[in-house]
Amino acid sequence: MDRNLLIVSTICFLAAVVRTGVALRAGVFQPGRFSFLAIGLGFIFQTAFLFMRGNSLGRCPLTNLFEVFVFLAWSIALIYMLVGPTYRLSLMGAFTAPLVLLLQGFALIAPIDVRHAVKVPANPALEFHASISLIAYGAFALACIAGVMYLVQERQLKTHHLHSTFYFLPPLTDLFAAITRLLWWGFILYTIGIIGGFFTGRPLPRIQVIAAVAVWLLYAAILQGRYLRRIAPKRIAALCIIGFSVALTLLWGITFSAQTHSVP
Amino acid sequence: MNLFCVGLSHHTANVETRERFAGGAAAGSALRQAGCAEALVLATCNRVEVYGVSEKRVSTDEIAQCLSQRSEVIVGGHSETPPFYRYEAEECVQHLFRVACGLDSMVVGETEILGQTKKAYQSARTDGAVGPLLHRLFQRAFRVAKQVRTHTQIARGSVSVGSVAVDLAEKIFGELGNCSVLVLGAGETSERTARALVSRGVMDLRVSNRSNDRARELAQKVGGRDVNFDQWPQQCGEIDILITSTSSEAPLLTQTNLGPMLVHRIDRPLFIIDIAVPRDVDPAVNEMEGVYLYDIDALRSVAEQSLALRRQQIASAEAIIAEHVRDFLEKISRELIAGSRLTAHPPVVDPSLRPSQL
Repeated sequence: MDRNLLIVSTICFLAAVVRTGVALRAGVFQPGRFSFLAIGLGFIFQTAFLFMRGNSLGRCPLTNLFEVFVFLAWSIALIYMLVGPTYRLSLMGAFTAPLVLLLQGFALIAPIDVRHAVKVPANPALEFHASISLIAYGAFALACIAGVMYLVQERQLKTHHLHSTFYFLPPLTDLFAAITRLLWWGFILYTIGIIGGFFTGRPLPRIQVIAAVAVWLLYAAILQGRYLRRIAPKRIAALCIIGFSVALTLLWGITFSAQTHSVP
Repeated sequence: MNLFCVGLSHHTANVETRERFAGGAAAGSALRQAGCAEALVLATCNRVEVYGVSEKRVSTDEIAQCLSQRSEVIVGGHSETPPFYRYEAEECVQHLFRVACGLDSMVVGETEILGQTKKAYQSARTDGAVGPLLHRLFQRAFRVAKQVRTHTQIARGSVSVGSVAVDLAEKIFGELGNCSVLVLGAGETSERTARALVSRGVMDLRVSNRSNDRARELAQKVGGRDVNFDQWPQQCGEIDILITSTSSEAPLLTQTNLGPMLVHRIDRPLFIIDIAVPRDVDPAVNEMEGVYLYDIDALRSVAEQSLALRRQQIASAEAIIAEHVRDFLEKISRELIAGSRLTAHPPVVDPSLRPSQL
């Protein structure tokens, strides 16, 4: 039953992607309510899935790679719902939906929904650490998407070749401000998540600590470069994409390592 | 009852002819005298059209005579008969919707025509020349125009060099209120562009010219301040938009001399509008991080892209219009049938609303 909810949610994101793709192809793209509603609906089904899965597990549904991917997709949709309309980044939905679809689609297709034997009792501190860290990943993902939007807009302005999407992209300076805010949100949440990890009452595997600190340092460096004016906005945008790709790879590693060692 | 449109436009007549038939204060009363129960004159720089409703058919020549500015104009079978077009019923409805949407304009998708149509409607209404049919027709036309603008990209992008520059500035900086602008060279085009930027909220505008007097004069005109021509390079570190149009033979800005000016502004873009011929800015400057250089050709190219984008939208706009034409005619037919039943009189308009019989 819970998996069906996820399938419905994925169909909602697919609908948003298809509609955007068709409109872009026809050159009549307009960020309208459909995309926002489709993502909103997908988010509701995601939430229902996580709620049901959490109930059946008796803990936060982060016990395997499948759940981690779905939780991450949920975090991205959550941050989009909070950030997209607020910063007039309506076109962000066109970029968010494919990423969520990719994550959820992969989670559904790949044989990674493996139930592990629960080795330790539920630990609220550990669950807090993991969930806050994943929501931070959601903010990093949105920063990555805003980075893609920045680069698309920048490229069009540089080459003097304007596509129909150009008129729906927010101004460069607004996008850069959004990237900065999202980086801060992600960084603060991630810092809280990492600190939370030290209060779980159990030693964390060294590899996980190293990976988490590496991601933290990476984003700290990006933010420092931005505030010391050492890195140009275009490079910050590119670093957001690289940063999230690295963070996602490390998340995979952390989850894989956690699965092979113990389950929260 | 006839619903018709008779007119001249940039498609069919040159400006001289359009001037001759621009109509005047007396056109409304002349049209009524000619037998129009309702009449509205839409006169713009690109068209002169009469939308009318009459019991009996009013000929095109009679309409032309009403619109004529000069009594000596000869109409009615003579070789001088100007190229008036005439649309009846359904075609008239469709034509008005196309006009209101900017599909019939010289620059496809321009929105000025909607304002002009609204003004003409208001004026005719004040004069008591608009009856129930024209009232409903024009109200529907305004609705269609709004829908077309919302649901297609027919009005998207700018199609003139000046407005392209301003639009691009807004796409880079968002609100222009906090932007600093330097106008280098006090030519006519830079003045127009500067004015357009000021109209969009620019507060800090500086003008520099080889002739200080000319710089001061332009600065006063556009509400900016003049800067000594020797000092313009130092300004480049502070400004966000540079409009340059000097008559310099060699480029004033190159990667070499612009590089040091940008060191302390790595997180702020610089938008350069080079409208000088020969160019004031070396094209290689566009390759610099955070610098967006548009010369006159680039601005024209963007304008052409916008126009091409608008043309792509014509089919979508026509589809919306066709739907509204059908719906409008159906509603009018239904109401006319209901009205005739109530009054037990024969309908004033044939319910089938065939073009020739409306």
